[in-house]
Amino acid sequence: MSTDRLSVLKTYKLFVGGKFPRSESGRVYEVTDAKGNWLANAPRSSRKDARDAVVAARKAFGGWSGATAYNRGQILYRVAEMLEGRREQFTAEVAAGEGLSKAKAAAQVDAAVDRWVWYAGWSDKIAQVAGGANPVAGPYFNLSTPEPTGVVAVLAPSDSSFLGLVSVLAPVIVTGNTAVVVPSESAPLPALSLGEVLATSDLPGGVVNLLSGSPAEIGRPLAAHQDVNAIDLAATAGDAELARELEVAAADNLKRVLRPEARADWQTTPGTDRMLAFLETKTVWHPMGGLGAGGSSY
Amino acid sequence: MTNDGFHGQNGVFAYAPAPESRSVVDIAPSYGLFIDGEFREAADGKVFKTLAPASEEVLSEVAQAGAADVDAAVAAARKAFTGWSALPGAERAKYLFRIARVIQERSRELAVLETLDNGKPIKESRDADLPLVAAHFFYYAGWADKLDHAGFGPAPRPVGVAGQVIPWNFPLLMLAWKIAPALACGNTVVLKPAETTPLSALFFADICRQAGLPRGVVNILTGDGATGAELVGHDGIDKVAFTGSTAVGKEIARTVAGTGKRLTLELGGKGANIVFDDAPIDQAVEGIVGGIFFNQGQVCCAGSRLLVQESIHDELLDALKRRLTTLRVGDPLDKNTDVGAINSAEQLARITELAEAGEAEGAERWSAPCELPSNGYWFAPTLFLGVSQAHRVAREEIFGPVLSVLTFRTPDEAVAKANNTPYGLSAGVWTEKGSRILAMAGRLRAGVVWANTFNKFDPTSPFGGYRESGFGREGGRHGLEAYLEH
Repeated sequence: MSTDRLSVLKTYKLFVGGKFPRSESGRVYEVTDAKGNWLANAPRSSRKDARDAVVAARKAFGGWSGATAYNRGQILYRVAEMLEGRREQFTAEVAAGEGLSKAKAAAQVDAAVDRWVWYAGWSDKIAQVAGGANPVAGPYFNLSTPEPTGVVAVLAPSDSSFLGLVSVLAPVIVTGNTAVVVPSESAPLPALSLGEVLATSDLPGGVVNLLSGSPAEIGRPLAAHQDVNAIDLAATAGDAELARELEVAAADNLKRVLRPEARADWQTTPGTDRMLAFLETKTVWHPMGGLGAGGSSY
Repeated sequence: MTNDGFHGQNGVFAYAPAPESRSVVDIAPSYGLFIDGEFREAADGKVFKTLAPASEEVLSEVAQAGAADVDAAVAAARKAFTGWSALPGAERAKYLFRIARVIQERSRELAVLETLDNGKPIKESRDADLPLVAAHFFYYAGWADKLDHAGFGPAPRPVGVAGQVIPWNFPLLMLAWKIAPALACGNTVVLKPAETTPLSALFFADICRQAGLPRGVVNILTGDGATGAELVGHDGIDKVAFTGSTAVGKEIARTVAGTGKRLTLELGGKGANIVFDDAPIDQAVEGIVGGIFFNQGQVCCAGSRLLVQESIHDELLDALKRRLTTLRVGDPLDKNTDVGAINSAEQLARITELAEAGEAEGAERWSAPCELPSNGYWFAPTLFLGVSQAHRVAREEIFGPVLSVLTFRTPDEAVAKANNTPYGLSAGVWTEKGSRILAMAGRLRAGVVWANTFNKFDPTSPFGGYRESGFGREGGRHGLEAYLEH
């Protein structure tokens, strides 16, 4: 008798508000490997899913942005720890989705794990790099501090389903933003599996929401959504018309727009630009009173 | 009320007129566009008049730049970019230091000019606008040879040609905020001053000549909104910087979309000035008055919504009204004037319309008793009491001397009401309790939070908004970012 066992296939689902729903539309699409072999049916998210995800992201923003930087750093590092133990799974998903050799896919996954670690360390340093005291010409205490801009829609790169995804997601959330992410349409499985990692890394529900489907279809309502504060258009690299259309829609509530790079290099250690793109600078003034005989004064 | 030469109509000291002399400024009957280091007429010969809003007197006639002029100015800036961006930073710095010094030398002349063209009190143009203008150039001059250390990479490069469009409320100061960092970083500029306040930018062109600035580095195009639209839509510019209304800012963002041009926007606001029951009342009243009546309230970061804790509402409002009756409204050139003229008939109409809506929607209107001049554009300092969050005077930027008064009971309610706006430029907090100041400052979604003070500005201090108040920061190290490739 053969000992062949029929494997248990995973139903890939969305990740919204810390839960794993199917698309409310009931739609799925076939995800195939580079040779066209069927891998899974992924949810094809709808406009309604996008709106639900924004609600979840907004709800999570207060707690996540108010968490200590140390706590956020710990959680991002925990994501790296959880991923490290599932390297084989992600390597297989990246290899299949991107048509890479196992070695090349493993290198992508390793780089992605290391990127979480890199960004984890930024959580309690970015404010010291991006903010500081301003020596105003008067008796005032004056301090500038970076703050997260809010809910960020992330249209993740289409060509780098995992390293690219992590490279655009980690800088958004490490500073306290919450995210609605549309992963690579053709290779969404690593992203959907990342949801399972995030769910077991103490990341509060709603901080990251993952919606598989078409970036053009879901990107439009996200770009036009009045409760989204910023949008990363990485997925539109190579589609100038869609990039323009989404940037126009984003102007309606003056979202911060991160335009796509022509040839993004996800391998190189990034700089601070992706974090700074989704930070606001708040400057607080207070008079410095005198301590003379007249007592304190404003 | 007696008027015995000692007590005026309000029972306070009477003031003899104390006008600043107009003779320090010589306004020509007409001005051209400043392109490639020369003044020239508009290609199609069009002109428009600029008025003194305090008297409706015509001050001068200036050229109305059209598409051909925008082309010429952008071409001049592009040509100048090669040399200017290649100059050692230390040399660029010295030009900017020269400009700062010439501004200081000519500051009385420029203050009078600004007051004539804008309508703001000489006290403000002399003691606020002009010192800040000179300081801004001085500050950014010092950056020009230190950009490698600014945190934007080891060798940040300039962006190129910047198209800059500025408003009429602080004409020369907004010019300084735009031009100083752009030039320090090695960019060249085409700047369009507001239609109603073109003169100080044209005088600045002369300052550039006195400073020996290479031709084409700064180009000034006077004109209206159509000129501004031509400029921001021009293919030859690399960066757009705009200060003005949120509606126009959105239109510019749509124009720029897909072009790859860099963009910074400094737009409207509806700042909340929050007064807790333990606030020092006298200082708070001064802060409230400065917050909304400085520059006739025509300030994007004005504290136009007063949120007062319910328990001190009556006491604070009594003190505020008492203070407002002592404000002197009138001739902007008078050194004792606190509140000058509204900048234009159009702006006065907008303020009037919104104030009427405030009354129609049921808020209680109160204006300080004052006699307004018969010529010019004037609006008495005004309060609206009993305002709800749904009222237009609580939601829309009035950009005039009109304060909407709302109340709150708890800090949470104050935060919720303060943040209940699409804007996010400024906020004020008045309380003696330090921990409460910091907690409030952390939760207010605004780019500038003034605690126990209001409307303070400094070249080292980044300024700019959250949300629909725009994006990007002007001032400080942060202000370099918009003008550098990194």
